[in-house]
Amino acid sequence: MTDIGLGHYLTLGAIIFSIGIAGIFLNRKSIIVILMSIELILLAVNINLVSFSIFLGDIVGQVFTLFILTVAAAESAIGLAIIVVYYRNSGTIRVEEIDQLKG
Amino acid sequence: MIAHSVFFYLFATIAIFSAILVTVSRNTIHSVFFLILDFISISCLFIMIGAEFLGMIMLIVYVGAVAVLFLFVVMMLNVTEQRNQWFTSVKNSAHIPIGLIVSTIIFFELIIVIGGWKYKPDLFNVSNLIISETTTNTHSLGQIIYTDYIHVFQISGMILLVSMIGAIVLTFRQRTGVKKQSYIKQISRERNEGVQLLEVESNKGVKIDD
Repeated sequence: MTDIGLGHYLTLGAIIFSIGIAGIFLNRKSIIVILMSIELILLAVNINLVSFSIFLGDIVGQVFTLFILTVAAAESAIGLAIIVVYYRNSGTIRVEEIDQLKG
Repeated sequence: MIAHSVFFYLFATIAIFSAILVTVSRNTIHSVFFLILDFISISCLFIMIGAEFLGMIMLIVYVGAVAVLFLFVVMMLNVTEQRNQWFTSVKNSAHIPIGLIVSTIIFFELIIVIGGWKYKPDLFNVSNLIISETTTNTHSLGQIIYTDYIHVFQISGMILLVSMIGAIVLTFRQRTGVKKQSYIKQISRERNEGVQLLEVESNKGVKIDD
């Protein structure tokens, strides 16, 4: 219990990952919260990579965490720009009211 | 060791609770603030575990840039009035059990994978790039990134550039009906366009507006 190992960090990553998935499914408010849930999922992936990198003694995991960080920042910037454009065109970003594609 | 475990449980509890509050809080602004708290506690965990550079980069990139971007967009779009509605009616909350079932299934699958890892620790071979004890974390990361992973590093820089250009192109709009000063138009104006000489007959005057 007092000895923190790899399993503790992986469990933390798994919990945050499932909270992110639940956030994507459950919210009906705005797309911004969905983007934040995607950030949570990427954060959980980063936790996994960093803890494996530390406990296995291999630094490549941290290198790839850096790249995931880059891609996450780019993705959130593009996603927020798309949300701004959509709000300007249609006046709402509620998830229920975005049904133009009739999917 | 006991301090390590105490701090691990502290930061992990803060991270999990703030992650839950990101998804369930009614106000979007509060969600962004809890996201910031989540990133801060996870970066504290990274610094604690020995990945100092990544912890600091997480603080700079996420708390300094991404969270501020989220805050800007939330405040610009005026979505704080759109409250989250939980369990308004049975018809509107049909998605809740499905989402909870899917996420718990994913959680238990991940736990099974972690358990398998725990019982067979020599599952994978450790590669030869061992973390050395003498060089610092930042130094060893730099040695790897700028040599072995230089192409991936440059491609990630290109991704950032493309996303920046994409965000600018998406949100750029030209307003119509706004008068602006155009220097090119002003400079390229010539004398025979602007001034006209007329022979004025006496007692007749000139009609200005034709």
